[in-house]
Amino acid sequence: MKPSTLNIASPLCPVPLRDYPQVILAHGGGGKLSAELIEHIFAPAFANEHVTLLSDSTPLCLPSQRIAVSTDSFVVQPLFFPGGSIGDLAVNGTVNDLAMSGARPMYLTAGFILEEGFEMEQLIRIAKDMGRAARDAGVAIIAGDTKVVERGHGDGCYINTSGIGVLPAERKIAVDQAKPGDAVILSGSVGDHGVAIMSVREGLDFESPILSDCASLADLVQKMLDTSTNIRAMRDPTRGGVAMSLNEIAAASRCGIELDDECIPIKEPVRSACEFLGLDPLLVANEGKLIAIVAKSDADQVLNTMRAHPLGCDAAIVGHVVEDDNQLVVSRTAVGTKRIVSIPVGEQLPRIC
Amino acid sequence: MKHLSEYRDGAKALKLAAEIARICKGNWAIMEVCGGQTHSIIRNGIDQIVPQNIEMIHGPGCPVCVTPISVIDKALEIAARRNVLFCSFGDMLRVPGTTSDLYRIKGGGGDVRIVYSPLDAVKLARKHPTREVVFLAIGFETTAPANAMAVKIAQQQDIHNFSVLVSHVLVPPAIEAIMNSPGNRVQAFLAAGHVCSVMGFHQYHRLASQYSIPIVVTGFEPLDLLDGIRRAVVQLEAGQSHVENAFPRVVTEAGNEVAQATIDEVFETTDRAWRGIGVIPQSGWRLKPKYAEFDAERRFAVEDIAPEESNACRAGEVLRGALKPHQCEAFGKQCTPRTPLGATMVSSEGACAAYYNYGRFVHP
Repeated sequence: MKPSTLNIASPLCPVPLRDYPQVILAHGGGGKLSAELIEHIFAPAFANEHVTLLSDSTPLCLPSQRIAVSTDSFVVQPLFFPGGSIGDLAVNGTVNDLAMSGARPMYLTAGFILEEGFEMEQLIRIAKDMGRAARDAGVAIIAGDTKVVERGHGDGCYINTSGIGVLPAERKIAVDQAKPGDAVILSGSVGDHGVAIMSVREGLDFESPILSDCASLADLVQKMLDTSTNIRAMRDPTRGGVAMSLNEIAAASRCGIELDDECIPIKEPVRSACEFLGLDPLLVANEGKLIAIVAKSDADQVLNTMRAHPLGCDAAIVGHVVEDDNQLVVSRTAVGTKRIVSIPVGEQLPRIC
Repeated sequence: MKHLSEYRDGAKALKLAAEIARICKGNWAIMEVCGGQTHSIIRNGIDQIVPQNIEMIHGPGCPVCVTPISVIDKALEIAARRNVLFCSFGDMLRVPGTTSDLYRIKGGGGDVRIVYSPLDAVKLARKHPTREVVFLAIGFETTAPANAMAVKIAQQQDIHNFSVLVSHVLVPPAIEAIMNSPGNRVQAFLAAGHVCSVMGFHQYHRLASQYSIPIVVTGFEPLDLLDGIRRAVVQLEAGQSHVENAFPRVVTEAGNEVAQATIDEVFETTDRAWRGIGVIPQSGWRLKPKYAEFDAERRFAVEDIAPEESNACRAGEVLRGALKPHQCEAFGKQCTPRTPLGATMVSSEGACAAYYNYGRFVHP
């Protein structure tokens, strides 16, 4: 195998990966090729003081008695999409899960399941995206693993990330803490990620390009926590969208939530795409947005803090928590009536006509 | 699409609702034919702001709901076969057949793919010449032109590993069947705007005259629907019965003649079974004999499959407008979007799904 097309730019060492433009089973065998994968792709891309150790485990010092742990697996297709890649998602997804409990994310692990034949150049791009996303989020990727499955037994590249974050003392931020009267704040426009993915997956060309909102929310959350001690709950509305997250909060807190359709920020191209496909934007996935349930007294202050941050500049109070034994999420329509915002049964399917 | 907000203006909607209340003296039952209209009515709470003496009855216009279970069972049988690449619009995957659905077939190893256009299925057939690519061609007059075009292209390009399982249905015969059914309560129709965008509305004049019913061609936005209701009520109060076009930004009397010619080239009318309703004479399309090569039913010899419907499901009465979804005993109990007994709870355009998803607190 003597390919000449693989372009591994510095600082990645060109030898011997250049001899293998695609992943082969031996890259997951734990031998020399596995070590070279780590040495020449992952370690330089993730670049931090811990990954150079290359030992079986990484000793850490955590500055708190209370930590948060989260894990998530990423199987998105396509691997690269407008506004991001599976690499960004794998980092930001777990970082955001930690941040939603009020934790400051510190460390991540990364497990790769690669399919034999996967283009090495794509793996390099993914690793670089992960490294950049981790640096942007202020977390270190401290441990990892690579397995290679036979051709046809994977989908190119799957990534699992687990994360550790430090929780502030004396703060409880959880989905069961919402109380009637609290404000529901959304950090920005909904549906961008899901529609961006759909546009490339299904080959749909929209007049305006729709980019994924994939981003780390850790910094935004820290600034919110610094502003208010009365943030009750947070959720990043990923799969299932805003509707899923709010229904989870309503059920866990044994209350209802009332939204106002007209207050929910939706970008015009996303709204149009959803109209075209027959999708409800509230059910479409996001990867860089958060919902915060905040005591009414602090809501405006938190909103101002969010709006001063690049990831919260379109933040809006979209509704409030109400007493409701049925734990329904409802939204006020443009004509002043109410509709239920329900949980999707499975994935949203485009309508027929 | 950028002008959508004009048709969702809350203040204008309330003004229209007030206008309807002012002119409405009698008790009127108006049927919106299309499932898309049903969803818009429930999602936007239109039924909550029109006067109580107007009853909105939900019609049979959901292509997923009315596709007969026999067709679903044939689709399942074909999709489960080795070497078949089965293509469908996404909505159809969850619709229950007698014992299974396309999702389960896919989970069990069947190659079932969601496509957005029948032309994508033709592309797949070209890409996989050794496999049999089958497209589930369902829907009303709206989806028929593209389905007809797919068959034409396959013939023109000598693509012989492509076929379609056809279950097309037509709106005018359904309106006629509803008007002729015993106990019918419908006094006016909101005709489906997008069906009329293809077919025009010239064929509705005879129906309006013969059955003395107002028919208003109506769009899908809140203001479209309220204007459609207003025009229907004006006619009902005046004892009139003619066709009006309240969707002129999309619909003309003649419709899309190029699309109609494509349909005529490929399809011919036939008697068609509607799920929950039964056979309506001349209410569907099938392939013309010269396109028989592309008929999946013949190619896979599945004509004789006999289905069984759930006894608890009253979707047929819902589709005929004889029963509101929440009046069914199974609604929200045995029958939910997660455990649907019938297609009206599955489809995103189904009346039962609309009531469940958006209107449960109004219609508990």
